[in-house]
Amino acid sequence: MTKANASVLLFHEVGLHARPSVKLTKVAKGFGARIELATNADGPWIDAKSIVRVMAAKAPKDTVLHFRAEGGDAEAAVAALVRLVESDFAEVEEGA
Amino acid sequence: MTAASAQPNRVLQGRTAAPGFAAGRIVRLEREPGSGAAAARAVGTPDEEAAALKAALAAASADLAGLIGGLDDAEAAAMLEFQLAMLEDDALTEPVFAALAEGLGAEAAFAAQLDAEIAGYRASDDDYFRARGSDLEDLKARVLAHLAGAAGAAGALADDAILVGRDLAPSRFLEIDWRPGQGIALAEGSLTSHVAILARARGIPMLVGVAGIDAPEGTEALLDAEAGTLHLAPDAADRAAFDIRRSAGRDRDRAAGAQAFEPAATACGTPVQVLLNIGGPGDLAGLDPALCDGIGLVRTEFLFHGRGGDDLPGEDEQFEAYRAILAWADGRPVTIRTLDAGGDKPIPGYTLDGEANPFLGLRGVRLSLAREAVFRIQLRALLRAAAHGPLKIMIPMVAVPAEMAAVQALVDREAAALAAAGTPPGRFELGMMVEVPAAALTLDLFAADFVSIGSNDLIQYLMAAGRDSAAVAALADPLAPAVLRVIETVARDAAARGLPVSLCGDAGGDPAAIPHLLAAGLRALSMGAAAVPRAKAAIRATHLTGIRP
Repeated sequence: MTKANASVLLFHEVGLHARPSVKLTKVAKGFGARIELATNADGPWIDAKSIVRVMAAKAPKDTVLHFRAEGGDAEAAVAALVRLVESDFAEVEEGA
Repeated sequence: MTAASAQPNRVLQGRTAAPGFAAGRIVRLEREPGSGAAAARAVGTPDEEAAALKAALAAASADLAGLIGGLDDAEAAAMLEFQLAMLEDDALTEPVFAALAEGLGAEAAFAAQLDAEIAGYRASDDDYFRARGSDLEDLKARVLAHLAGAAGAAGALADDAILVGRDLAPSRFLEIDWRPGQGIALAEGSLTSHVAILARARGIPMLVGVAGIDAPEGTEALLDAEAGTLHLAPDAADRAAFDIRRSAGRDRDRAAGAQAFEPAATACGTPVQVLLNIGGPGDLAGLDPALCDGIGLVRTEFLFHGRGGDDLPGEDEQFEAYRAILAWADGRPVTIRTLDAGGDKPIPGYTLDGEANPFLGLRGVRLSLAREAVFRIQLRALLRAAAHGPLKIMIPMVAVPAEMAAVQALVDREAAALAAAGTPPGRFELGMMVEVPAAALTLDLFAADFVSIGSNDLIQYLMAAGRDSAAVAALADPLAPAVLRVIETVARDAAARGLPVSLCGDAGGDPAAIPHLLAAGLRALSMGAAAVPRAKAAIRATHLTGIRP
C-alpha cells in the first residue's frame, strides 16, 4: 500500500466553503485511495470524499490543509488535491 | 372558484424585486418542510421505508441534476451542485437508513438528520455558513415532497399563474418553466435574495414583503411590479386601468432596454451621470458595470443587518465588502455611506430604544459620533479600501457644520494611524448627504468634497410627512414646489463652490421626476439598477430649455 501526505495553504477568499468543497470532494472521489483531510497536523482526520464532513470542517482562509492518502494512487491523489488548492480551485480538467 | 370569487376587491402593497406586470390567478406555493407529508403516508416496514427513501433520494438527485444541466447561471448551478453533492454523500444518508432499520419512518428520520445538519450551519458565526442552512432546508423540502409523492407539480404552472407564498427557494424558482405573463408575490423575501436576482434576469415580475396574501388558489389578481401592488379580485375598471399601465410599460421597456448600457445625455446633448444605489455587494451579482457611471450610494446597513450587541462587523469584514464593491466598479467612483442606523433601521444594542420620534432622534451621523468606537472601525475599513479604487465616503443626516468637522477630525486621526502603521490610505473624498433642511439651506457653511441629496428624507422633513405613514403619503411629493426649490438651491450652491452634487433618493430613478430634477440643475442621479433603463430613456427625452423647475 502506497502512502502519501502533503500540506498546503488555503488562500481561497471565502475559505473551504460550498463551491471549493464540492470541487475538492469531486477530485478526491476520482481516486481509489482512501483520502483524509485535516485542518491541524494532529487531526482530527476527516474523509476528503465526504462533502458533509469537509463542509463541517469550516476551514477559513489562511488555514493550512493537511492531506494524507493510502492506496494504489495515493501519491497522485495528494498531488491533485494540492494542485487544486494551489490553483485557488480553478476549473479542474476532466479526469484529473 | 366559488371561494375565490368571494374574495373582496383589495390592493396589497409590497416592494418591487423585479419589475413588470402580470394578470392572472393566484397559485399557492405550498411545500412547507414536512407539512402534511408525514400524515399523508403510513409508516411501513423497515424495508418498505428504506425503499421509499431510496426512491425519493434518487428522484431528488435526478431533479437537481436536470436543473443544473439546464442552467447558464454559474452561481445558481454551484448552489445546486452543493445540494446534489450533499444528497449523494453517504455520510448524510447512512445514519438515516440506520434509523429506518430501528423502525423509524422515512420522513421523520430524514427530517431529523437534515435538521441536525441545518442547526450546525445556523449556529455558525460566519454569514456564509449560516446561509447554507437555507440550501439544506431547500434540499430537505425536496426529498420530503418526493416521499409524499407531491413533487413535480410546480414544474408546470398555468400560463397566467401568479405564484404566492411565504418565500421561494432558488431551486424551486429554477425548476419552474417560467413564461412571460407569470409573476411572483411573496410575504417575506428580500430585494437582494438570489431569487430576486434570478427573477430580474428572467424578466419575471416579483414583489416581496407583501403583507396579508392569504387569498386562496384561483383568486383573480393583477400584479403591478412598477407600483409594487397586488390587486386581488379586481373589477372591470381595475382591469382597464391595469391594461393601460401595462401597455405603456411595455412600450417604454422596448425602447429603453436597447440603450441601457450607453451613457445618458439629454435631448439637447447635456451629459447626465447615472449611478447605482445598492444595499450590498449581492445587488451587483450578474450586473454589467457598463450600465452605470459609478455607484452613488452603498447602504452599509447590510453589514449590520441581523447583528447587534457584541456581534457587529469587524474592520476586516467591512474592508473585504468595500473592496469587493470597488473591484466590481472597475475604476468607476464608488460612494459608500457610513452607517445610517436609527430612524426605521434599528440595530439592537447600538441604536437608542424607546425614542418617541426616531426619525427626529439619534440617527445617522449623530449616532455615529455618539458611538465613536464603532464609527472608527468603519472609517478605518473605508480608508483601507480607498487604496483599491476611487472611493467617496458619504456622511448621512448631517445638520450642522460641527458634525462634519468632528467627522473630519476622526478621519484625520485614523488616516494618520494607518500611515504610522506603514499602510497609508489611498486617495478618497469625504462628502455629506443633504437630507436635513438645515444643511440644504446653509451649504456654504459646510466643509465637504461633494454632496448628495437624499431626497426621501429631505422630502419627509421638508413636507413634515413621515415615510412610515401611508395617510400622508400624498404630501411626500418629490415634485412639490418646496422640494424642487430646495433641490435647486442645493444644486446652485454646490455648483458655485465647485462641489459635485448628485441625488440618491427614489426620485432619482423616477421617470416622472427626472425632467424636473434636471431642470433644477442636477446632472448626476443615483438609483436602483432595475430603474436604470427607464431613467436613461427619460433623460434622453428631456429638453432642458423650456422646463421650469
